[in-house]
Amino acid sequence: MMNAFLNISNGEAIDRRKIPHLPFADFRENALEIVREGGKIVQFFGYQDGAAMKFMTVLRTDKLMAAGCDAPEIYPSLTRVLEPFHMFEREIAEQFGIQPVGHPWLKMVRYHPNYRKVKDVFGNHYKEDIPGNYDYYQVEGNEIHEVAVGPVHAGVIEPGHFRFNCIGEKVLHLEIQLGYQHRGVETLFSGVNAKRLPILAENIAGDTTIGHSLCMAEAVEALTRVRPDKGAKIIRTIALELERLANHIGDLGALSGDVAFLPPANYFGRMRGDFLNLSLLICGNRFGKGLVRPGGVRFTLSDDVRKTLNERLKELKPQVIHVLELLFLASTVRDRFEGCGCVSTIDADHLGLVGPAGRASGLPYDVRRCFPTEYYDEVGISENKKTTGDVYARAKVRYDEVLQSIAVIHSLIQNPVETKTVTVSNFNLSPSTFVVTLNEGWRGEVSHLMLTDKDGKILRYKVKDPSFHNWNGLAMALRNTGISDFPLNNKSFNLSYCGFDL
Amino acid sequence: MKFIMIESILLFIIACLTAPFFSGIILKVKAFFGGKKGPPLLIQYYTLIKLMKKGSVYSQSTTLMFKLGPMISLCSTLTVLLFLPIAGHAPVCSFHGDVICVLYLLGLGRFFTIAAAMDTASPFEGMGAAREAYFPIICEAAFFMILILFYRLTGELSLSAYFSGQHTLELWRLAGPPLLFVVFSLFVILLTENSRVPVDDPATHLELTMIHEVMVLDHSGPDFGLIELGAFCKLFFYSTLISRLILPFDLNAPLIFVFYFTGLAIVSVAVGVIESVMARFRMDKVPQFVLTSFALAFFATIITLEFI
Repeated sequence: MMNAFLNISNGEAIDRRKIPHLPFADFRENALEIVREGGKIVQFFGYQDGAAMKFMTVLRTDKLMAAGCDAPEIYPSLTRVLEPFHMFEREIAEQFGIQPVGHPWLKMVRYHPNYRKVKDVFGNHYKEDIPGNYDYYQVEGNEIHEVAVGPVHAGVIEPGHFRFNCIGEKVLHLEIQLGYQHRGVETLFSGVNAKRLPILAENIAGDTTIGHSLCMAEAVEALTRVRPDKGAKIIRTIALELERLANHIGDLGALSGDVAFLPPANYFGRMRGDFLNLSLLICGNRFGKGLVRPGGVRFTLSDDVRKTLNERLKELKPQVIHVLELLFLASTVRDRFEGCGCVSTIDADHLGLVGPAGRASGLPYDVRRCFPTEYYDEVGISENKKTTGDVYARAKVRYDEVLQSIAVIHSLIQNPVETKTVTVSNFNLSPSTFVVTLNEGWRGEVSHLMLTDKDGKILRYKVKDPSFHNWNGLAMALRNTGISDFPLNNKSFNLSYCGFDL
Repeated sequence: MKFIMIESILLFIIACLTAPFFSGIILKVKAFFGGKKGPPLLIQYYTLIKLMKKGSVYSQSTTLMFKLGPMISLCSTLTVLLFLPIAGHAPVCSFHGDVICVLYLLGLGRFFTIAAAMDTASPFEGMGAAREAYFPIICEAAFFMILILFYRLTGELSLSAYFSGQHTLELWRLAGPPLLFVVFSLFVILLTENSRVPVDDPATHLELTMIHEVMVLDHSGPDFGLIELGAFCKLFFYSTLISRLILPFDLNAPLIFVFYFTGLAIVSVAVGVIESVMARFRMDKVPQFVLTSFALAFFATIITLEFI
């Protein structure tokens, strides 16, 4: 069957009139067809165009495709047919009060009143704390016990509520409730002028500053036809890889700490700082804030900085390899990692896992390879997937990516990098345009989508952090796993709370 | 006779005072392996003083049981130390069968800790209590196996008959190789009873993985201080047994003290090294590990059957 979706490319500005606007039934059939054939959902959201309520979706197979339709107030749920729509339909129901009939688990996502001020799908009045009018999933039985953790945790981490239904030490089901950090990011985006976009994007999730900044910058660039030069692209690629390095190394250290194997935890903790300091060296901020701007970067990479970067990288690489070996060759660590919290390839596929968590479960998708942006065309990222889907696989994916990232950065800083810093910060966005951008942040596919109205104002700004896909992966990993292995599994996913809560 | 008594009481007091020091050694060793400077050796004293200066916070849903827990667990551990021959000297109290009394004094302390944990009605604490009730059962079996061995060797049933004066050296002479097993077995018991890696992780902040720590999460201030002191004394008790076994010499003071405290330091360093070079076991593998101690003690006993 020929589908009615329009093929698009990553970061391409498209006249909104060219995006197929289908009748809902066709839209539904086509979307289901593509996903049934192995397609994945990048974006699926609702938006208000004047008085009309519309849906739009971006799917990916080996290419990206988009289509939209008029949104009915009530529609037969797509999740009922194919699971990957699960979170997206819940999000739409929450944001716009549109009910997917037959959705298997229609529950709020972030707990806020809908934007249209229509009747609440979940029957909440939002005067109570989370979860309001919702009973957590319960398992019944004589020996079943329930453990509730959070939203305030023992470590300095973000808030989230976890509810375990256990029999003895074994977890039968884990329910994760987030939304404690909902700030209304998407509505904030559509309310501001283009000048403030970079500041907002940088603060969606602090640990994915570069990932979100890049998505925003590429989207604005597409809509303003400003193009970054080659040097800027190289610097942004380096920044994204440095972000990946710092976080992956931090994660590996934390994984080690969670199994009480302290030396790598300490060493990696220090090295994470070393890699953050490389970002500091480039732009004066350890998380890369203030570096990426639409049109390029705000800091050049002088030869002095390049030399220092090279030297520090040369010094760090053997240390990293040494500690990686210390961690991965310890038999007691292997014993803890292997076979713990398995997510099968089929489950991962149904849940639509992305990033290292997806690659650990046998889904090779990597935006850097599949829909390359910036300088990734020239870099050549190799496929890196594991098949076991356990904590070990998730750690090993990080192991490989750490070495890969070091190699990428190393190759990029060999030659002088020339670029002009960006000074202009106010843009006029082209009217009635659509753009979707994807980047491989360290957690996986980060995607921003922007629609402008006929005056060039932002009509809808949609943000999707990889955590939106992956939290359910964590819940799945915990099934039939010991409750004492939860921290280890949680760390092996290390998902973002604020990236999800928006 | 009177002089010996005073000496024993003095040693008991010294034991209570030095107990927190050895926990400091463990922390120092771990810091060394982690490439850190680590806290000062006397850190645990500072911690205790800090805790004692604080006030306690009690949940409204707790009862008297919650307040009794820390006191009884400390008292029972201190009473245990009364039976312990320190540096090979006669203990303050001793009678035929005191080893069994000692074991159940420790059990009493554990019972009240568990009861206090259950009293909070927190799901974490209940989970920790279940684990704490389970693993020491195996330790107890192993300990009894060791007692059977010692009883066969000496015909006595008191700690002073095994660990004071010439007696320890005598044990080695009677059954050297099996005693090696006993040392390892006791070491596994020490790791389990004192919630060390690879059984438990005393450093973690993750409630779901804890065994002992999670049971005392709700205790604060002086109450928590008592629990900590009790834990140090318990570690001291098990370390002493091993220290005497690995350095069994009966020497005159002050040399005996040098040997004794060296032995304690060796045990502490060994604990620190183990915590640094291995990850902790998955919860369902812990019983297998603890059972090793029973198996070792069992084999040690079997082997001696031939000798006698």
